[in-house]
Amino acid sequence: MREIVILSGKGGTGKTSLMGAFSHLASNFVACDLDVDAPDLHMLLHPVNEATQDFFSGHEAIIDPGRCTGCGLCADSCRFQAVDAAGAVFSVNPLMCEGCKVCVTFCPEGAIAFPERRCGNWHIAATRFGPLVHAQLFPGSENSGKLVALLRQKSREIAGSRDLELILCDGPPGIGCPVISSLSGATLAVLITEPTPSGVHDLKRVAALCRHFKMPAAVIINKSDLNLGVSNEIRSWCLHEGWTLAGEIPYDPAVTQAMVHGQALTEYLPSSAPVRIAVQNAWKRIESMGHDPKAV
Amino acid sequence: MILSVASGKGGTGKTTVSAALAWAWKAPLDLMDLDVEAPNLHLFLDPEIEACEKAHLEIPTVDASRCTHCQMCSKLCQFKAISDMGRTLLIFPEMCHGCGGCLAVCPEKALKPGLRELGEVCWGQAGEQGFFMGRLRVGEAMSPPLMREVKARWKRSGQTQKRDLIIDAPPGTSCPAVNAVMDSDVICLVTEPTPFGLYDLKLAVEAFRPLGIPMGVVVNRYGVGDAAVFDFCSQAGLPVLAKIPFSRSLAQAYANGRVLTRAEPALVPLFRDLADQLQRMGRQAKEVPGDA
Amino acid sequence: MKSIAVSAEGPSMDDPVDPRFGRAAGFLLVDPDTLATEYIDNGASQARAQGAGIQAAETLARAGVQVVLTGFVGPKAFAALSGAGIQVVQNLDGLTVRQAVEKFKNNAVTPSSAPNSPGGRN
Repeated sequence: MREIVILSGKGGTGKTSLMGAFSHLASNFVACDLDVDAPDLHMLLHPVNEATQDFFSGHEAIIDPGRCTGCGLCADSCRFQAVDAAGAVFSVNPLMCEGCKVCVTFCPEGAIAFPERRCGNWHIAATRFGPLVHAQLFPGSENSGKLVALLRQKSREIAGSRDLELILCDGPPGIGCPVISSLSGATLAVLITEPTPSGVHDLKRVAALCRHFKMPAAVIINKSDLNLGVSNEIRSWCLHEGWTLAGEIPYDPAVTQAMVHGQALTEYLPSSAPVRIAVQNAWKRIESMGHDPKAV
Repeated sequence: MILSVASGKGGTGKTTVSAALAWAWKAPLDLMDLDVEAPNLHLFLDPEIEACEKAHLEIPTVDASRCTHCQMCSKLCQFKAISDMGRTLLIFPEMCHGCGGCLAVCPEKALKPGLRELGEVCWGQAGEQGFFMGRLRVGEAMSPPLMREVKARWKRSGQTQKRDLIIDAPPGTSCPAVNAVMDSDVICLVTEPTPFGLYDLKLAVEAFRPLGIPMGVVVNRYGVGDAAVFDFCSQAGLPVLAKIPFSRSLAQAYANGRVLTRAEPALVPLFRDLADQLQRMGRQAKEVPGDA
Repeated sequence: MKSIAVSAEGPSMDDPVDPRFGRAAGFLLVDPDTLATEYIDNGASQARAQGAGIQAAETLARAGVQVVLTGFVGPKAFAALSGAGIQVVQNLDGLTVRQAVEKFKNNAVTPSSAPNSPGGRN
C-alpha cells in the first residue's frame, strides 16, 4: 500500500486545489484531509458523511468554585498563565491550559477536576471519487498531531478493508507537530511551492524536514510563470539537492473559478487548458514515484 | 496599541498586508513576526538584524544517584517525557512541554532544570521601526513557547508604552494562532473572496470571538471568486475595512518580494486608510478596557 | 531461558510480525523452549497522541521481557528499551511470529545497536 502526503510548508500555494485534481485523477484510493485546522478539501469533494465521532485529546483542568479556597497555589505552579486569579475563587482559562496536571496535583483542596478534552469531530465519508476521511477541530483547539495520526490510521483501515492501494493525504501547513505526524510511515511527500520568496523559503524548510525523516519527496512549482527567475532557482536547487521535480503548473485564474464551482480543476477546465495538462503530467510522474520512489 | 494581522488559512496575503501596513502606519511602530514555523515578514521588510538569541524551554535532567525510582514524576507527566524503566529513569526532551511538574514533585531533588532549544529570537531595525521575529528550529514541534519568548523580548525593549506593535500571526485557528493574537487590541483578518477563504474566515472568527477583541476584515484579491464573503461579514457584524483588487501585476510584485505600496502606487491611499481605521479601532478598544 | 516479545498483528503464532513497534496491534510473549504464548494488547500505546513507543517499552519492561523481535523501532522507543535492558532485533517484518521466533532460536538474527527508523514511524 502506498501513502502519498501533499505538503507545502506555507499555505496558499494551491495545495488543496492540486489535491482535488489528484483525487479526480487517482483511482482505487482513499483520500484523507490532514489539514485539520482548516480543512478545505470537502469544498471540492462534497463528502456525504457515513460515520461521525467525537475526538478527544489530552485533558483539561477545571476548578470547582465550591471547593476553591483561593489559596493561589495553582496560579503559582502554572507555567502557562492559565489560572485566572481575578475573583475570590480561581478559574482556568481553557484557551491557555496545556493539560499538564500540575495544578491538579498541587491543589491542597482536591478542587481541580481533570476530564478528557473534546477537541473536534472526525468523519468517514463517501465522495464521487472514492472514500474520504476528514475532520474538524473546534476553533482554538489544541494542536492536532494525535488527530492526524488517528485519521491516517482510519484511512489505512479503510484501504485495507476495501482493498484500495493508495492513500492520498492533503497534509497540514507548516513544519510542526501535525506535519511530522503526517509524514511518519508515508511512502512519498509531494511538496507544492510557488516562485515567491516565501514559497522558496518554506519549501527549503519542509524539504529539510523530509530529509530529517529520510522521506523521499517530489516538488511541484505552482504558478511557475509568475516569476521565471525564481522558478529557475527552484529547479536548479531541486537538481542540486536531489529532489525530483514532478511538474511546473502555470498560473491561471480559472483555477479559482473551479474552486468557486466546487469542482476539481481537472474537471472544470477544458482538456486543452495548459494548467490541466500540466497537472495531469505531474500526477503521472508522482504516481510512478509512489510505487517505487527510487525508480525515478 | 497592539494590532494582530491574522487569517484562517495561509496564503491569503497576511504578510503582504502586514508589510504594507508597516509602510503606511503614522505612529511610532514595532513589527513582530510570530509565524514562527514559516517566518516571512523579514523577506518583505529587509530589516537589519542586530542580534539573534537561542530560545529555550526548561526541561528536566536527572541525577541518577539521587533517583529512588518512586515514579512520582513519570506518573505526573502527561506527555511521556519521563519514563521509569526500573533501573533507569529516562528523559525524552522533545516530548516535554515545560510544565515544571516533575521538578516540583520529585521528593529526592533528583531532577534538575535543563534546557531544550526551541529556535531563535531575532531583533533589529527596519528603518525607523523595531523588528522582532521567532524562527522555530526544524524538528521542534511546539511553537507557543517560542512565541512567548519573542513577546518577552519586545517587552524588554522598554518601548511598549510609546510604540504601537503589528503582529504577523501564524495562519490557522488552532492553539498557536490564538496564542499569538490573545493580547491584542484589534485583529485584522485577511481573507480572499473564494469558498476556501470564506470557510477559513468563519473558523477564524469563531476561534477569536471568545477573546472579545474587535475584529475587521481585509478582502485580498478582490475580483476573483464570488461575493459570499461580504454577505457573511455583514451578517456577522464584521466591518470590511479594505478590498485589495486583484491583478496579475500585483501577484508578480508579491512574487518578487516587493511591498505592495511600492509596486502599485495606486494602493497607497487604500493602505493609509486601512492603517487609520485599525488605529482608531485599537485606540477605542484600549480606552474601553471592559470590552477587551 | 529468555522471555521474548514479538510485535504482532494478531494473537497467534501464525499472524504476521507487526512492522511497527510503538503502534503495533499487540505483542506475543513467547517462551522459546515450549513455544507457550501469551498475548498483550497494545491499545494503551495506540491511544496516545505521542510517546506510543515509550509506552510500549514500559509495558514490555513490566512484563519482564528480555528480547523484542519487531520491524521498525524509532529512537525514543529504542532508548526506552535499552534503558530497560531489553535487547532489540529489528527488520523482521514480512515474517510470521513463528518464523521470527525460529530465526531467533537458530541464532540467525543480530541484536541491533541503533534504531532503524527516523522516529514517529507509526
